[in-house]
Amino acid sequence: MSIADQVTGSTIAGTAGSPVGANPVGANPVGAKPAEVRPRVAAPAITLPAIGERELRLDLFRGLALWLIFIDHLPPNLLTWFTIRNYGFSDATEIFIFISGYTAAFVYGRAMLENGFLIATARILRRVWQIYVAHVFLFTIFLAEISYVATSFENPLYTEEMGIMDFLKQPDITIVQALLLRFRPVNMDVLPLYIVLMLALPLILWSMKWRPDVTLALSALLYAATWELDLYFSAYPNGFWAFNPFAWQLLFVFGAWCALGGARRMSRILASPVTMWISIAYLVAAFYVTLTWYVPQLSHFMPKRLEQWMYPIDKTDLDVLRFTHFLALAALTVRFLPREWPGLKSPWLRPLIVCGQHSLEIFCLGVFLAFAGHFILAEVASGPAMHALISLSGILIMWAMASLISWYKRVADKSGAKAKNAVGNADLAGGG
Amino acid sequence: MKAKVLLSLTLLCGYLAVPSARAGDAVPDAPAACELPPYLLATDSQLHKVADTVTAGKPLEILVIGSRSTTIPSSEESSYPARMQAILKEKLPPAEVVHVSVELQSKKTAEEAASTFVKLMEAKTPTLVIWQTGTVDAIRSIDPDDFRSAVTDGVAALQNAGADVVLMNLQYSPRTESMISAPPYLDNMRVVAQEHDVPLFDRFAIMRQWNDQGQFDLFSPSRGPELAKQVHDCLGRALAQFVIDAAHLGPGQQQN
Repeated sequence: MSIADQVTGSTIAGTAGSPVGANPVGANPVGAKPAEVRPRVAAPAITLPAIGERELRLDLFRGLALWLIFIDHLPPNLLTWFTIRNYGFSDATEIFIFISGYTAAFVYGRAMLENGFLIATARILRRVWQIYVAHVFLFTIFLAEISYVATSFENPLYTEEMGIMDFLKQPDITIVQALLLRFRPVNMDVLPLYIVLMLALPLILWSMKWRPDVTLALSALLYAATWELDLYFSAYPNGFWAFNPFAWQLLFVFGAWCALGGARRMSRILASPVTMWISIAYLVAAFYVTLTWYVPQLSHFMPKRLEQWMYPIDKTDLDVLRFTHFLALAALTVRFLPREWPGLKSPWLRPLIVCGQHSLEIFCLGVFLAFAGHFILAEVASGPAMHALISLSGILIMWAMASLISWYKRVADKSGAKAKNAVGNADLAGGG
Repeated sequence: MKAKVLLSLTLLCGYLAVPSARAGDAVPDAPAACELPPYLLATDSQLHKVADTVTAGKPLEILVIGSRSTTIPSSEESSYPARMQAILKEKLPPAEVVHVSVELQSKKTAEEAASTFVKLMEAKTPTLVIWQTGTVDAIRSIDPDDFRSAVTDGVAALQNAGADVVLMNLQYSPRTESMISAPPYLDNMRVVAQEHDVPLFDRFAIMRQWNDQGQFDLFSPSRGPELAKQVHDCLGRALAQFVIDAAHLGPGQQQN
């Protein structure tokens, strides 16, 4: 059930009315990739799709999520009104974590079936290391910025706010806490979450291989327990992680479950008009609720009891309302944006898709650009025009960088074409 | 370089000239820089005790519980509580005695500040308490839920002691926006204000309005106290107006 669902080649009756033959994995043209189906995985609990073309919808929406996260990290401006968090409960983070779970399971799940648990785990750990290094790099940039501001900014209006620099007085503690992922500067919450989720991935995949549905149920159980027992990751100097991994794992595991055959099994539910209308109704209701945040006059029409039950809509623990909002969005997306939609090949969507294909690099670049954008706005010039310019050039830089990486990969792959396994493509597994 | 120095000198002279010209008359009309759209000073909640005190002609005792951003280092008389006192004296009936005192809770979170309220309210018995909080909590990234319950407890303690309460939120500080995450604290203060029917003076939105409209350049790295003095003057005026409106003591209303 997702943007990505049709990766499995499933048929959804409603999808653009195209009766693509149902393509259960067992019936895949085995000859195309003989290595795919080995005797020992003759009857696995999970099914993997055949390696075909890249699922462009995954890349498209991950690219979109990356752009939206970048815009949301900048101070509010005109472009902020285009980000989905203004129109409902969920935002780009949900899309990002779901697709990350999907692609990670897709890539490393295959590795686990083919090469066994140990090899797959080793590869996952290598990926975790890459993400960790990226996080530390971003932290260094944050330190550089904050140190600069601390020494150059002495406006007496803001003596109190300068208290944020106090941690610079104890670098011994702060830097160690940052390396332990416990010190979390603003806007640097997603990578630590992703690191923890990836660390759990070997276990998730191993369990999925055994019983996918039980794994998903266990994940939902952990989610419920998080709410019931108040589980959390503590942070330094106090408080806890802005994204609670105990709660957000549900989205990640759900993504993995969809990738490993769940989406195909859900295709009938997805195709039903009942699902569609429930989703539409929910999205409209969510939109109305969001509207009351910006147009307070409307809130007179909100039942008080509903408000009491609904608020606060918690992002840290992935509120059920947010999760279901994402599900509704995904259900409609899968229904109305078929895998074969020709628009996916259009040059207009190319910038998004190419960004989504190199998500770790582009995510980090986005966080860096957001820092740089703040810096320019604060130190050089401000104003709406400058603001818009920074947002747009940030997106252009992300696009340029993604294209450069793609180009380099193509050239490098060509020259070293010998044993480049399509499955081992790390950036399909996505990043941070 | 030379031109830059000259320019800044000229600007500095201009800045210095403004307050000295102003010092002549007691309370001049609000400078244009302080202008705000009315919705930023609107509130549905009321200050009944302030209204009763003023209509009864009793002295109005106001306590500002704040932190370092309540004051300007080394110019106390220009800080917003002092400015508010001056404006209130001007706008309320001449016989009305207005006294504003300040209780600084530097580097204390809402929870730490709230724990002192019972004692504080025994020592002073203000009609109105203006509680400015949130900055320290945001800097230390206190859990927003804990922050909300601390503000709730604090407001309850102040109300139980028999005072009207106004909540005041964080300053808008664009230079530290990428380091201090204000939104959760702003949201939670709004929620508490709504739940307890307490007027919320939205300092954050007001200062952002001034910055966005170009009345003040809050990005300025200036080390001099001039910008701070002007901003506090405007804040004091806005706050005085806010209190008068929330107590329904506006022109035409204060006679009855």
